[in-house]
Amino acid sequence: MTPQKRSHHRLKRAVAPYLYLSPSLLIIGLLMLLPMVTVIAYSFQNSAVLRRDPSFAGLKHYQAIFADPVFWASLWHTLYFTCMSVVFHMTIGMVFALMLNSDRINPTLRNILRVLYILPWLFTAVIIAVIWRLLLEPNGVVNSILMQMGIIGSKVEWFSSPETALHAVTFANIWAGYPLFMVSLLAGLQGIPKDFYEAADIDGAKAYQKLIFITIPQLMPIIISISLLDFIWTMQVFPLIWITTGGGPIYSTEVLSTYTYKLAFSSYNLSQASASAVVILLISLGLTLFYIRYQKAR
Amino acid sequence: MRKRHTPKDRLITVALHVALVAGLFFAAFPIYWMLSSSFKSNTEIFALPPTILPKAFTLEAYAAIVGDPVKLRFFFNSYFVAAAVTVLTVLIALLAAYGFSRFNFRGKGSLNTLIISTQTIPPITLLIPFFGLVVSYRIFDTYIALILTYLVFTLPYAILLMTGYLNTLPRDLDEAVAVDGGTSWTALWRVIVPISLPGIAATSVYTFLLCWNEFLFALTLTKSTSMRTVPIGIQLLMGQHAFEWNQMMAMSVLGSLPLLLIYLVAQRFFLAGMTAGSVK
Repeated sequence: MTPQKRSHHRLKRAVAPYLYLSPSLLIIGLLMLLPMVTVIAYSFQNSAVLRRDPSFAGLKHYQAIFADPVFWASLWHTLYFTCMSVVFHMTIGMVFALMLNSDRINPTLRNILRVLYILPWLFTAVIIAVIWRLLLEPNGVVNSILMQMGIIGSKVEWFSSPETALHAVTFANIWAGYPLFMVSLLAGLQGIPKDFYEAADIDGAKAYQKLIFITIPQLMPIIISISLLDFIWTMQVFPLIWITTGGGPIYSTEVLSTYTYKLAFSSYNLSQASASAVVILLISLGLTLFYIRYQKAR
Repeated sequence: MRKRHTPKDRLITVALHVALVAGLFFAAFPIYWMLSSSFKSNTEIFALPPTILPKAFTLEAYAAIVGDPVKLRFFFNSYFVAAAVTVLTVLIALLAAYGFSRFNFRGKGSLNTLIISTQTIPPITLLIPFFGLVVSYRIFDTYIALILTYLVFTLPYAILLMTGYLNTLPRDLDEAVAVDGGTSWTALWRVIVPISLPGIAATSVYTFLLCWNEFLFALTLTKSTSMRTVPIGIQLLMGQHAFEWNQMMAMSVLGSLPLLLIYLVAQRFFLAGMTAGSVK
């Protein structure tokens, strides 16, 4: 190669990666970063989106939200919904993964059950919502089974009484989300070296001791990173709650996403909705930074 | 060696199998109930005591869905949008992944962190500015609005997935093309793409699922019945015919078919797509 050709080649190598990345960066920049800036701007404007020349509102919309008891109720419901979901996703996922990984069951049965235990994962949130509405109808099958077993005395309106609605949507979400943990933990269990357990056997360790001192510590990185992701995603859940209860009755299942959606598209208060959306964004960003730091530290 | 077949040991095995059956009931009963209800009449769904198997097996609910052009349109829209987004996402993500995997350049690390962090941006945060944009560019209630917005959510994860896959391929392959005087572009299409089909499959599956499941944007950025997707269609059905539970279940079964089929046919790609971001 002549020196000229070589420098031409080098220039090409230097520009090429940016060219390959440009479509992605263009889309992420224009349709993700720019809208994020826009929503922050909206939250400081009066009549955002609706007016062409909105006036500056300062912190008015944030003050309005923080003064709204429904916002605080939504925050609390989101926290309850999310924490319960993550804890039970993890517990059920772990129990199922340990059961499937046991050498006491025959391999064919294991494979069949593995497919069946993943089932809830294969259904869209809307469909999950519709299924649970049918199951938990006052005249539905769950009430009829529970009454036959004598657990409840009369029909419970799971989704339409304020005492039970939040628990009911949380339960439906727990059912829908454990397979992510199960699949990841199952993969993790298969990656634990067998000699760890053999060494423990020689020392005469009991099954629960092996669980506490080998299995759980070995799975810890997976447990932490999936819990963080699950927390971030569960916090954002919208369709399941929207379809089962719509945030009601009397705000008893209102979460941050339904609260924001209603502000924007039922009351058309897009400025205040933007302020609420920014609050959600900040919470998510905080958790995301934590997640990225954790991933990098590993 | 552990001792087997002691009475205590046998008891543990039995207890484990009881727990497995309980787990199976928990995981599968709701889905079984959906399936069996879709073959029942509306009166039988709420029969007391509940009938586990449909007593009078009927396909009337399915006939009502398949015979209604409005509902078929929901399915067409869902397939069309999901397919379009999948093709675009795979193409664009492939290019970006190739850049990340085969080149060293300034800002690589921070761009990578940016892409990882965009995965967790709450959809509800972007919804309001998207609504503003879509209305001001007059693409409200069109396929373009849905395709563009879905692309933003599928792209980051797809890039990570594809980059991860390309990193597993040996570099000698594309360097051989460079030695022969070929450009990186030729190397990509002649060498990399043909052996990246498993990675492309996993990315496609993931993207398709995300689009098929999407609810919030379809709800807000479309309005006319002819533009609605399956999830919104199910919600509409619930609003209009609140008591046609068998039709809702039939539509849910039909709406779950693509995911179930992908899972059964391509389980490996499905699991790779669903867990790649979280197990790394």
